[in-house]
Amino acid sequence: MKSKKLLLTGIITAAVVTGGIIFAADHKDAPAVTSQTTDVTDLYVFRAADPNNLVFVANTQGLHTPAETATLKFDPNTLIEFNIDTNGDAKEDLVLQAIYDAGTNKMNVYGPVVPSETGVRSKLEGSVSASVAVTAYGASTPEIGTGTTGIKVFAGPRDDPFFFDLNQYKSIIGGTATGFNNPGADTFAGTNVMGLVVEVPKTLLGTVTGGKVNVWVETKKKI
Amino acid sequence: MKKNIKLFSALLLGGTMFLSACSKNDDNPATPVYYQGGDQMGRPAINTVFVTSADKDVFNGTTPSAMGAAFQSKFQTQLMALNPGYTTNLLGLDAATFTGVLATDVLTASTTGVTTFYDGTNVLTGRTLGDDVIDVELTLIFGGPTGGSNPQLTSDHVNANDKPFLAAFPYEAAPW
Repeated sequence: MKSKKLLLTGIITAAVVTGGIIFAADHKDAPAVTSQTTDVTDLYVFRAADPNNLVFVANTQGLHTPAETATLKFDPNTLIEFNIDTNGDAKEDLVLQAIYDAGTNKMNVYGPVVPSETGVRSKLEGSVSASVAVTAYGASTPEIGTGTTGIKVFAGPRDDPFFFDLNQYKSIIGGTATGFNNPGADTFAGTNVMGLVVEVPKTLLGTVTGGKVNVWVETKKKI
Repeated sequence: MKKNIKLFSALLLGGTMFLSACSKNDDNPATPVYYQGGDQMGRPAINTVFVTSADKDVFNGTTPSAMGAAFQSKFQTQLMALNPGYTTNLLGLDAATFTGVLATDVLTASTTGVTTFYDGTNVLTGRTLGDDVIDVELTLIFGGPTGGSNPQLTSDHVNANDKPFLAAFPYEAAPW
Protein backbone atom coordinates (compact mmCIF):
# COMPACT_ATOMS: atom_id res chain seq x y z
CA MET A 1 0.00 0.00 0.00
CA LYS A 2 2.76 2.34 0.97
CA SER A 3 4.71 1.58 -2.17
CA LYS A 4 1.59 2.04 -4.27
CA LYS A 5 1.07 5.44 -2.74
CA LEU A 6 4.71 6.28 -3.33
CA LEU A 7 4.38 5.20 -6.92
CA LEU A 8 1.28 7.27 -7.38
CA THR A 9 2.95 10.26 -5.78
CA GLY A 10 5.83 9.72 -8.13
CA ILE A 11 3.53 9.69 -11.12
CA ILE A 12 1.76 12.81 -9.98
CA THR A 13 5.08 14.54 -9.39
CA ALA A 14 6.17 13.53 -12.86
CA ALA A 15 2.93 14.85 -14.29
CA VAL A 16 3.43 18.18 -12.61
CA VAL A 17 7.01 18.31 -13.82
CA THR A 18 6.21 17.29 -17.38
CA GLY A 19 3.15 19.50 -17.59
CA GLY A 20 1.39 18.99 -20.93
CA ILE A 21 2.30 15.37 -20.84
CA ILE A 22 2.52 13.00 -23.77
CA PHE A 23 2.00 13.61 -27.49
CA ALA A 24 -1.38 14.56 -28.83
CA ALA A 25 -2.70 15.45 -25.39
CA ASP A 26 -2.52 19.11 -26.29
CA HIS A 27 -3.84 18.62 -29.83
CA LYS A 28 -7.15 17.48 -28.68
CA ASP A 29 -8.30 20.87 -27.51
CA ALA A 30 -6.96 22.75 -30.50
CA PRO A 31 -9.41 23.68 -33.27
CA ALA A 32 -8.46 22.27 -36.64
CA VAL A 33 -7.56 25.70 -37.96
CA THR A 34 -4.88 26.25 -35.36
CA SER A 35 -3.33 22.82 -35.54
CA GLN A 36 0.26 22.99 -36.68
CA THR A 37 1.34 21.36 -39.91
CA THR A 38 4.66 20.64 -38.23
CA ASP A 39 3.14 18.42 -35.54
CA VAL A 40 4.55 14.93 -35.99
CA THR A 41 2.23 12.31 -34.54
CA ASP A 42 4.21 9.18 -35.34
CA LEU A 43 7.20 7.62 -37.06
CA TYR A 44 7.26 4.04 -38.34
CA VAL A 45 10.08 2.18 -40.09
CA PHE A 46 9.45 -1.39 -41.19
CA ARG A 47 10.27 -4.06 -43.72
CA ALA A 48 7.98 -3.80 -46.73
CA ALA A 49 5.76 -6.50 -48.20
CA ASP A 50 8.67 -6.87 -50.62
CA PRO A 51 11.48 -7.72 -48.17
CA ASN A 52 14.00 -5.95 -50.39
CA ASN A 53 12.42 -2.64 -49.42
CA LEU A 54 12.13 -0.60 -46.24
CA VAL A 55 9.11 1.60 -45.49
CA PHE A 56 9.29 5.02 -43.83
CA VAL A 57 6.06 6.51 -42.47
CA ALA A 58 5.65 10.00 -41.01
CA ASN A 59 2.21 11.00 -39.81
CA THR A 60 1.44 14.62 -39.02
CA GLN A 61 -1.53 16.72 -37.88
CA GLY A 62 -3.22 14.28 -35.50
CA LEU A 63 -6.59 13.72 -33.83
CA HIS A 64 -8.81 15.02 -36.62
CA THR A 65 -12.44 14.01 -36.98
CA PRO A 66 -13.73 12.94 -40.40
CA ALA A 67 -15.37 16.35 -40.81
CA GLU A 68 -12.10 18.16 -40.15
CA THR A 69 -10.14 15.78 -42.35
CA ALA A 70 -11.82 16.99 -45.54
CA THR A 71 -10.12 20.38 -45.12
CA LEU A 72 -6.66 19.14 -44.09
CA LYS A 73 -3.77 20.12 -46.31
CA PHE A 74 -0.05 19.60 -46.45
CA ASP A 75 1.98 22.79 -46.03
CA PRO A 76 4.32 23.84 -48.87
CA ASN A 77 6.54 25.56 -46.28
CA THR A 78 7.00 22.47 -44.12
CA LEU A 79 9.78 20.06 -45.02
CA ILE A 80 9.30 16.50 -43.77
CA GLU A 81 12.69 14.85 -43.42
CA PHE A 82 13.66 11.29 -42.49
CA ASN A 83 17.19 11.30 -41.12
CA ILE A 84 18.98 7.99 -41.62
CA ASP A 85 22.14 7.06 -39.71
CA THR A 86 23.80 4.05 -41.33
CA ASN A 87 26.87 3.71 -39.10
CA GLY A 88 25.57 3.99 -35.54
CA ASP A 89 26.77 7.46 -34.56
CA ALA A 90 23.28 9.07 -34.45
CA LYS A 91 24.29 11.50 -37.22
CA GLU A 92 22.42 11.48 -40.49
CA ASP A 93 24.39 9.86 -43.29
CA LEU A 94 21.40 10.06 -45.61
CA VAL A 95 18.24 12.15 -45.73
CA LEU A 96 14.93 11.27 -47.34
CA GLN A 97 12.94 14.46 -47.79
CA ALA A 98 9.40 15.30 -48.81
CA ILE A 99 7.97 18.69 -49.67
CA TYR A 100 4.48 19.56 -50.84
CA ASP A 101 4.00 21.67 -53.95
CA ALA A 102 0.70 23.51 -53.75
CA GLY A 103 0.72 24.50 -57.43
CA THR A 104 0.63 20.92 -58.69
CA ASN A 105 -0.89 19.44 -55.50
CA LYS A 106 1.96 16.94 -55.45
CA MET A 107 4.26 15.59 -52.78
CA ASN A 108 7.83 15.51 -54.07
CA VAL A 109 10.42 13.18 -52.56
CA TYR A 110 14.16 13.87 -52.56
CA GLY A 111 16.80 11.27 -51.75
CA PRO A 112 17.86 9.16 -50.01
CA VAL A 113 20.95 11.28 -50.52
CA VAL A 114 23.99 12.35 -48.53
CA PRO A 115 23.10 15.81 -47.17
CA SER A 116 25.41 18.76 -47.81
CA GLU A 117 25.16 19.63 -44.12
CA THR A 118 23.94 17.78 -41.02
CA GLY A 119 22.05 19.00 -37.99
CA VAL A 120 19.02 21.13 -37.31
CA ARG A 121 19.06 23.16 -40.55
CA SER A 122 18.27 21.57 -43.91
CA LYS A 123 17.77 22.40 -47.56
CA LEU A 124 16.39 20.26 -50.33
CA GLU A 125 19.13 17.91 -51.45
CA GLY A 126 19.67 16.54 -54.95
CA SER A 127 16.73 16.09 -57.28
CA VAL A 128 13.22 14.69 -57.06
CA SER A 129 13.35 10.89 -56.79
CA ALA A 130 9.59 10.25 -56.71
CA SER A 131 6.42 12.30 -56.86
CA VAL A 132 2.74 11.71 -56.23
CA ALA A 133 -0.54 13.60 -56.36
CA VAL A 134 -1.98 14.01 -52.88
CA THR A 135 -4.82 11.53 -52.42
CA ALA A 136 -8.08 13.36 -51.87
CA TYR A 137 -10.21 12.68 -48.81
CA GLY A 138 -12.88 10.20 -49.80
CA ALA A 139 -10.92 8.82 -52.77
CA SER A 140 -11.69 5.14 -53.32
CA THR A 141 -8.09 4.21 -54.13
CA PRO A 142 -4.85 5.77 -52.93
CA GLU A 143 -2.60 7.59 -55.41
CA ILE A 144 0.77 5.85 -55.60
CA GLY A 145 3.82 7.48 -57.19
CA THR A 146 6.80 5.44 -58.34
CA GLY A 147 10.21 6.95 -59.09
CA THR A 148 12.84 5.70 -61.52
CA THR A 149 14.92 4.22 -58.69
CA GLY A 150 12.01 2.14 -57.40
CA ILE A 151 10.89 4.50 -54.64
CA LYS A 152 7.15 4.51 -53.95
CA VAL A 153 5.32 7.37 -52.30
CA PHE A 154 1.86 8.05 -50.91
CA ALA A 155 0.61 11.28 -49.31
CA GLY A 156 -2.83 12.05 -47.97
CA PRO A 157 -5.33 11.54 -45.17
CA ARG A 158 -5.26 8.18 -43.38
CA ASP A 159 -6.70 6.58 -40.29
CA ASP A 160 -4.34 7.23 -37.35
CA PRO A 161 -2.65 3.86 -36.85
CA PHE A 162 -1.73 4.72 -33.26
CA PHE A 163 -3.77 3.13 -30.46
CA PHE A 164 -3.62 3.94 -26.77
CA ASP A 165 -5.99 4.57 -23.88
CA LEU A 166 -4.58 8.04 -23.43
CA ASN A 167 -7.54 9.27 -21.37
CA GLN A 168 -7.07 6.56 -18.75
CA TYR A 169 -3.35 7.25 -18.70
CA LYS A 170 -4.14 10.89 -17.99
CA SER A 171 -6.46 9.81 -15.17
CA ILE A 172 -3.65 7.74 -13.68
CA ILE A 173 -1.22 10.63 -14.01
CA GLY A 174 -3.84 12.95 -12.55
CA GLY A 175 -4.31 10.70 -9.53
CA THR A 176 -7.98 9.84 -10.14
CA ALA A 177 -7.22 6.25 -11.19
CA THR A 178 -4.70 3.67 -10.00
CA GLY A 179 -4.47 1.59 -13.14
CA PHE A 180 -5.75 0.88 -16.64
CA ASN A 181 -9.17 -0.58 -17.42
CA ASN A 182 -9.67 -3.93 -19.10
CA PRO A 183 -10.69 -3.55 -21.83
CA GLY A 184 -9.29 -0.07 -22.40
CA ALA A 185 -10.70 2.55 -24.73
CA ASP A 186 -8.64 3.69 -27.73
CA THR A 187 -8.45 7.49 -27.53
CA PHE A 188 -7.37 7.61 -31.19
CA ALA A 189 -10.24 5.53 -32.54
CA GLY A 190 -12.08 7.22 -35.38
CA THR A 191 -9.46 9.94 -35.89
CA ASN A 192 -7.29 10.73 -38.88
CA VAL A 193 -3.83 12.05 -39.67
CA MET A 194 -2.03 13.29 -42.77
CA GLY A 195 0.08 10.33 -43.79
CA LEU A 196 3.34 10.24 -45.74
CA VAL A 197 4.51 6.76 -46.74
CA VAL A 198 7.76 6.23 -48.65
CA GLU A 199 9.00 2.78 -49.65
CA VAL A 200 12.68 2.60 -50.52
CA PRO A 201 14.75 -0.23 -52.02
CA LYS A 202 17.32 -1.15 -49.36
CA THR A 203 20.06 -0.97 -51.99
CA LEU A 204 19.59 2.82 -52.02
CA LEU A 205 20.77 2.96 -48.39
CA GLY A 206 24.29 1.89 -49.36
CA THR A 207 26.48 0.22 -46.75
CA VAL A 208 24.64 -0.26 -43.47
CA THR A 209 26.86 -1.13 -40.52
CA GLY A 210 25.57 -4.12 -38.57
CA GLY A 211 22.40 -4.27 -40.65
CA LYS A 212 20.78 -1.51 -38.59
CA VAL A 213 19.82 2.05 -39.34
CA ASN A 214 18.84 4.71 -36.80
CA VAL A 215 16.03 6.91 -38.04
CA TRP A 216 14.39 10.09 -36.79
CA VAL A 217 11.90 12.32 -38.52
CA GLU A 218 11.93 16.09 -38.45
CA THR A 219 9.50 18.68 -39.70
CA LYS A 220 11.15 21.96 -40.53
CA LYS A 221 9.66 25.30 -41.42
CA LYS A 222 10.92 27.41 -44.30
CA ILE A 223 13.13 30.21 -42.90
CA MET B 1 56.29 41.34 -68.93
CA LYS B 2 54.22 41.70 -72.10
CA LYS B 3 53.20 38.12 -71.71
CA ASN B 4 52.12 38.88 -68.17
CA ILE B 5 49.97 41.81 -69.30
CA LYS B 6 48.33 39.55 -71.85
CA LEU B 7 47.69 37.01 -69.17
CA PHE B 8 46.33 39.75 -66.92
CA SER B 9 43.97 40.93 -69.69
CA ALA B 10 42.84 37.40 -70.22
CA LEU B 11 42.19 37.10 -66.53
CA LEU B 12 40.29 40.38 -66.54
CA LEU B 13 38.25 39.30 -69.52
CA GLY B 14 37.60 35.98 -67.85
CA GLY B 15 36.70 37.81 -64.70
CA THR B 16 34.27 40.04 -66.57
CA MET B 17 32.67 37.05 -68.17
CA PHE B 18 32.47 35.37 -64.83
CA LEU B 19 30.94 38.47 -63.28
CA SER B 20 28.35 38.82 -66.01
CA ALA B 21 27.51 35.18 -65.52
CA CYS B 22 27.05 35.94 -61.86
CA SER B 23 24.76 38.87 -62.45
CA LYS B 24 22.73 36.75 -64.81
CA ASN B 25 22.29 34.32 -61.96
CA ASP B 26 20.92 37.09 -59.79
CA ASP B 27 17.66 36.81 -61.68
CA ASN B 28 17.39 33.30 -60.34
CA PRO B 29 19.24 33.39 -57.02
CA ALA B 30 21.35 30.40 -56.19
CA THR B 31 20.85 31.10 -52.48
CA PRO B 32 19.34 27.92 -51.12
CA VAL B 33 16.07 27.90 -49.20
CA TYR B 34 16.61 26.58 -45.71
CA TYR B 35 14.22 24.82 -43.36
CA GLN B 36 14.58 24.72 -39.59
CA GLY B 37 12.60 24.22 -36.38
CA GLY B 38 9.40 22.27 -35.99
CA ASP B 39 9.05 18.83 -34.52
CA GLN B 40 11.34 15.85 -34.11
CA MET B 41 10.69 12.24 -33.23
CA GLY B 42 12.41 8.88 -33.00
CA ARG B 43 10.77 6.36 -30.69
CA PRO B 44 7.10 6.70 -29.81
CA ALA B 45 5.82 8.33 -26.64
CA ILE B 46 8.62 7.64 -24.20
CA ASN B 47 10.59 10.77 -24.88
CA THR B 48 7.57 12.98 -24.66
CA VAL B 49 6.96 11.42 -21.28
CA PHE B 50 10.55 11.86 -20.20
CA VAL B 51 11.19 15.39 -21.43
CA THR B 52 9.95 18.12 -19.12
CA SER B 53 7.87 20.86 -20.70
CA ALA B 54 10.61 23.36 -19.91
CA ASP B 55 13.06 21.30 -21.97
CA LYS B 56 10.70 20.41 -24.81
CA ASP B 57 11.85 23.07 -27.26
CA VAL B 58 15.49 22.47 -26.40
CA PHE B 59 15.07 18.73 -26.89
CA ASN B 60 13.34 19.29 -30.24
CA GLY B 61 16.21 21.46 -31.35
CA THR B 62 18.93 19.08 -30.18
CA THR B 63 20.42 16.81 -32.79
CA PRO B 64 20.27 13.16 -31.64
CA SER B 65 24.04 12.75 -31.41
CA ALA B 66 24.03 15.43 -28.68
CA MET B 67 20.95 14.20 -26.82
CA GLY B 68 22.55 11.53 -24.65
CA ALA B 69 24.97 13.90 -22.93
CA ALA B 70 22.31 16.57 -22.49
CA PHE B 71 19.37 14.48 -21.32
CA GLN B 72 20.36 11.08 -19.85
CA SER B 73 20.44 12.21 -16.23
CA LYS B 74 17.19 14.16 -16.62
CA PHE B 75 15.54 11.08 -18.08
CA GLN B 76 16.77 9.03 -15.14
CA THR B 77 15.23 11.52 -12.70
CA GLN B 78 11.93 11.25 -14.58
CA LEU B 79 12.09 7.44 -14.64
CA MET B 80 12.62 7.28 -10.88
CA ALA B 81 9.76 9.74 -10.36
CA LEU B 82 7.45 7.57 -12.46
CA ASN B 83 8.53 4.35 -10.78
CA PRO B 84 10.45 4.89 -7.52
CA GLY B 85 10.81 1.12 -7.18
CA TYR B 86 12.66 0.76 -10.52
CA THR B 87 15.64 -1.57 -10.34
CA THR B 88 16.00 -3.16 -13.77
CA ASN B 89 13.52 -4.08 -16.48
CA LEU B 90 12.69 -7.01 -18.74
CA LEU B 91 15.72 -6.17 -20.86
CA GLY B 92 17.96 -6.27 -17.78
CA LEU B 93 18.79 -2.58 -18.06
CA ASP B 94 19.40 -0.57 -14.90
CA ALA B 95 18.07 2.99 -14.69
CA ALA B 96 21.23 4.65 -16.02
CA THR B 97 21.58 2.24 -18.94
CA PHE B 98 17.88 2.28 -19.84
CA THR B 99 17.66 6.07 -19.84
CA GLY B 100 20.97 6.22 -21.70
CA VAL B 101 19.35 4.25 -24.52
CA LEU B 102 16.18 6.34 -24.43
CA ALA B 103 17.84 9.75 -24.31
CA THR B 104 19.18 9.38 -27.85
CA ASP B 105 15.82 9.58 -29.55
CA VAL B 106 16.23 7.52 -32.69
CA LEU B 107 14.23 4.56 -33.98
CA THR B 108 16.57 1.68 -34.73
CA ALA B 109 15.46 -0.54 -37.60
CA SER B 110 16.93 -3.71 -39.04
CA THR B 111 17.69 -3.76 -42.76
CA THR B 112 18.19 -7.53 -42.75
CA GLY B 113 15.56 -9.08 -40.48
CA VAL B 114 11.95 -8.90 -39.38
CA THR B 115 10.52 -5.71 -37.94
CA THR B 116 9.16 -5.51 -34.42
CA PHE B 117 9.25 -3.05 -31.58
CA TYR B 118 9.51 -6.03 -29.24
CA ASP B 119 8.13 -9.53 -29.77
CA GLY B 120 9.71 -11.35 -26.86
CA THR B 121 12.75 -12.31 -28.93
CA ASN B 122 13.66 -9.43 -31.19
CA VAL B 123 14.12 -6.04 -29.57
CA LEU B 124 13.67 -2.80 -31.44
CA THR B 125 14.25 -3.84 -35.03
CA GLY B 126 11.92 -1.07 -36.14
CA ARG B 127 8.27 -0.28 -35.63
CA THR B 128 5.39 -1.72 -37.62
CA LEU B 129 1.99 -0.05 -37.79
CA GLY B 130 0.47 -2.73 -35.56
CA ASP B 131 3.12 -2.94 -32.84
CA ASP B 132 1.67 -2.34 -29.37
CA VAL B 133 4.44 0.08 -28.45
CA ILE B 134 2.61 1.48 -25.43
CA ASP B 135 2.41 -1.89 -23.67
CA VAL B 136 6.09 -2.50 -24.41
CA GLU B 137 7.07 0.85 -22.94
CA LEU B 138 4.77 0.57 -19.92
CA THR B 139 6.23 -2.88 -19.24
CA LEU B 140 9.80 -1.60 -19.49
CA ILE B 141 9.05 1.31 -17.15
CA PHE B 142 6.78 -0.37 -14.58
CA GLY B 143 7.13 -4.14 -15.04
CA GLY B 144 10.38 -4.73 -13.15
CA PRO B 145 12.94 -7.42 -14.05
CA THR B 146 10.26 -9.99 -14.94
CA GLY B 147 7.77 -7.63 -16.54
CA GLY B 148 5.24 -8.83 -13.97
CA SER B 149 5.37 -6.01 -11.43
CA ASN B 150 2.64 -3.34 -11.22
CA PRO B 151 0.29 -5.26 -13.56
CA GLN B 152 -2.29 -2.47 -13.34
CA LEU B 153 0.20 -0.19 -15.10
CA THR B 154 1.90 -2.43 -17.66
CA SER B 155 -0.89 -2.63 -20.25
CA ASP B 156 -3.58 -0.21 -21.36
CA HIS B 157 -5.55 -3.18 -22.72
CA VAL B 158 -5.92 -1.56 -26.13
CA ASN B 159 -4.10 -4.12 -28.21
CA ALA B 160 -4.79 -3.21 -31.82
CA ASN B 161 -5.77 -0.40 -34.12
CA ASP B 162 -9.42 0.38 -34.81
CA LYS B 163 -9.00 -0.38 -38.54
CA PRO B 164 -7.12 -3.20 -40.22
CA PHE B 165 -3.98 -2.19 -42.10
CA LEU B 166 -3.45 -2.88 -45.79
CA ALA B 167 -1.26 -5.80 -46.87
CA ALA B 168 0.24 -3.70 -49.66
CA PHE B 169 1.51 -0.16 -50.11
CA PRO B 170 0.62 2.33 -48.63
CA TYR B 171 -0.18 -0.02 -45.69
CA GLU B 172 -1.99 2.65 -43.64
CA ALA B 173 -5.78 2.30 -43.60
CA ALA B 174 -8.08 4.70 -45.42
CA PRO B 175 -9.33 7.59 -43.26
CA TRP B 176 -12.57 7.59 -41.30
